[in-house]
Amino acid sequence: MKIDVSSPAAPAPVRRSFLRDNPSVLWFMGLLGLFTLGVTVLSEGMGVGVISTSLVKVLGMTLCLCLIAVAMDVVWGYCGILSLGHFAFFGLGGYAIGMWLMYARTEIVIRDNLGRGTIPPTEAEVSEAVAAQIFGVVGSSELPLIWSFAGSLPFQLAMVVLVPGLLALVFGWLAFRSRVTGVYLSILTQAMTLALSLYLFQNDTGLRGNNGLSGLQNIPGSLHLPQSVISVWFFWASAFALGAGYLLFAWVVSGKFGSVIKAIRDNEARVRFLGYNVEGYKLFVFTLTGIISGIAGALYYPQAGIINPAEIAPIASIYLAVWVAIGGRGRLYGAVIGAALVSLLSSWLTGGGAPNIDLGFYRIVWTDWWLVLLGLGFVLVTLFFPKGIGGLFDYLVRKS
Amino acid sequence: MATLLEVSGVSVTFDGFRAINNLSIAMAEPELRAVIGPNGAGKTTFMDIVTGKTRPDEGRVLWTERQIDLLKLSESQIATAGIGRKFQKPTVFEDQSVRDNLAMALANKRGPLSVLMWKASAADRARIQDLAEEVGLAARLDHRAGHLSHGQKQWLEIGMLLAQDPRLLLVDEPAAGMTPAEREHTTALLTRAARSRAVMVIEHDMEFIRRLDCRVTVLHEGSVLAEGSLDHVTQDQQVIDVYLGR
Ligand SMILES: Nc1ncnc2c1ncn2[C@@H]1O[C@H](COP(=O)(O)OP(=O)(O)O)[C@@H](O)[C@H]1O
Ligand SMILES: [Mg+2]
Repeated sequence: MKIDVSSPAAPAPVRRSFLRDNPSVLWFMGLLGLFTLGVTVLSEGMGVGVISTSLVKVLGMTLCLCLIAVAMDVVWGYCGILSLGHFAFFGLGGYAIGMWLMYARTEIVIRDNLGRGTIPPTEAEVSEAVAAQIFGVVGSSELPLIWSFAGSLPFQLAMVVLVPGLLALVFGWLAFRSRVTGVYLSILTQAMTLALSLYLFQNDTGLRGNNGLSGLQNIPGSLHLPQSVISVWFFWASAFALGAGYLLFAWVVSGKFGSVIKAIRDNEARVRFLGYNVEGYKLFVFTLTGIISGIAGALYYPQAGIINPAEIAPIASIYLAVWVAIGGRGRLYGAVIGAALVSLLSSWLTGGGAPNIDLGFYRIVWTDWWLVLLGLGFVLVTLFFPKGIGGLFDYLVRKS
Repeated sequence: MATLLEVSGVSVTFDGFRAINNLSIAMAEPELRAVIGPNGAGKTTFMDIVTGKTRPDEGRVLWTERQIDLLKLSESQIATAGIGRKFQKPTVFEDQSVRDNLAMALANKRGPLSVLMWKASAADRARIQDLAEEVGLAARLDHRAGHLSHGQKQWLEIGMLLAQDPRLLLVDEPAAGMTPAEREHTTALLTRAARSRAVMVIEHDMEFIRRLDCRVTVLHEGSVLAEGSLDHVTQDQQVIDVYLGR
C-alpha cells in the first residue's frame, strides 16, 4: 500500500450536516430511487411488462440481500467482528413472518371450506383444522406452543425483531463478555448457526422440520391479487427497507460512534484504556445488525415463497462474508455492490440463464463451476484488491 | 500533596517468573516522577497492573483519597476513574484523522447511546483546538493519524491522554525514536502537564530524565532499588552496579 505523506487529506472542518458530509449516501439514495422507479415502470404488474414477475421477485430479494450485506459490513468491516452467523438472524426473521403468512392463509381457506356447511364452525374447530393442515406433513395435528399467536400479524411482526434481537443479545453477551475475539469468535458464531439449523431440521421443533414453511408468496387478505402486483409491493418494501437501513447504518458509522467502532476494530485494547466499554459497543453493533438482518429476512422469504432450515446453514453466512469482501469492506455501498453482483451472477449462472460453454474436450456446466469461479474471485480480490470493488471509487474520486 | 496512587506489596508471576516482586510505589498529586531501570525490570508490567491489564497475584492498588481498589475495576473503568496511559509503542488510530482521535479521547460520556447522539459542541471544538496546539498538531487536525511522523504520533497520543483529563498520566518511553528537538518539546509537554496532575514517565534516556528534573524511582527485577533525586540515585552503588555501570 502506498501512503503519500506529503499530500494533505481533504479538509473536513466543522461538522455541517450528515448528508453533506456523506455525499455517497445521497448518491446511493438517488440510484436506489431511480432503480425502483425503473423496475416499477417496466414490471408486469404495474408497468409495461418488460420485466417478468419472477425477475421482479429476484430483484426484490436481491435488495434484501443487499440490506443484510450492509449490516454485515457494519459488524465486520467497521467493528471488526467477523460474524459467520448473521444468516441465522435473517432466517429467524423469515420464519417469524412465515408463521403468520402460513397460519393466516390456511385459516382463511379452512373457514371458507367449513363455512360451506350449515352450522358455522367453532373457533376450536378452525384452529384444529388449521393445525392438521399445517402439521400433517410432520405427522402431527396439534398446534405447537410457539404458534399460539401465529394468527396475529402484529405479534409475528414483533417476533421478526425480537427473536433475532434476543438471540444476538444473549449470544453476543456471552461471547463478548468472555472476550472471545478473532477466529474463535467466528467459529463460535458458525457453531451457533449450525446448531440452529440442525435444531430446525428436526420434525418436532414445531417449524415443520426440513419441509420448512411454504406458500409464503400468498399474502392473506390479498389472495385475490395476482402475484405480478404483489411482487411489486414487496419490491417496493424491500427498496424502502434497504434505503432506510442504509441511512440508519450510514448515520451510525459516521461521527463519533463510527470512530469508536473502527478504533475497536483496529486496536480494542487501546480503546479500553480510553475508557470505553468495548464489550458494550460490540454487543450494541452485533444486536442492531442482527435485528436488521431479521427484518431483511422477513422481506426476503415472502418473495422466495419458501423457507427451510437449509437456508440457515452455515454456508449462507460464509457467502455473506464473501459478498462483503468482494464488494469492499468498510464502505456501505461496497457491501451493496458485492451482494448484488455476486448473488445476481449466482442466480444467473446456476439458474440456467447462462449458456454452458462447450470446449470440445470438456463442457463447462455453470451449475458445477460457479462455486469454483466464486472461490477464485474471492481469492483474487483478497490478494490483489483488498479494498474490493468499492475500492475502485477511490481512484475515481482522486482523479476528479 | 495528598497521596493519589498507592501501590503496596504487589507481586506478579508469569509462568513461574517473578516479573514484579513485592513492589510498593506511591504517587502524590501533583507530581512528576521518572521511572528508570534495565530492560525487563518490570516497568511496563507495573503500568499494566495499575491500568488493569494485568492482575497481580498479591498486593494492593489504592486510588485517590477515597481509597478505591483498582484491582476490582476493569480497564475502561480505571480509565474513566482518571488514569490515562500512553503505550511504549505509539498507538493512535491510524485510519482516522487527528481530530477524530482527539474527539474520542475527550472526557465526555462514553456509553454507546450518548456517543451515538454526540455532536461536537463549541466547547468540544475549542478543547480539541487547544489540545492540538498544546501538542503542536494544530495544522494537522484533519490529517490522517497514519500520515504523521513517529514523533507526531507520540504527541498525538499524549494529546489524547490530556483530552481524557486524567488525574494520573502513565507515560511509557515517550522519547524513544525521537530527534533531540522532538525530545525537548516532549519534556516541555510533560512538565507542563505535571503542574496540575500526577505524571509518571518511564524513560531510558538519562539526558531526558535530567531535563524532567524530578524525583526518580529505579526499578530492578520487579522491585524498587532506589528512589530520590537523579543525583542521589545515580550515586547509589547498587544502581551503578545493575544499571548504569553496564
Ligand atoms: N504477559 C507476559 N507474559 C510473560 N512474561 C511477561 C509478560 N509481560 C512481561 N513479561 C516479562 O516480565 C518482565 C518485565 O517486563 P516489562 O515490564 O516489559 O519490562 P520493562 O518495561 O521494564 O522493560 C520481562 O522479563 C518480560 O519478559
Ligand atoms: Mg517496557
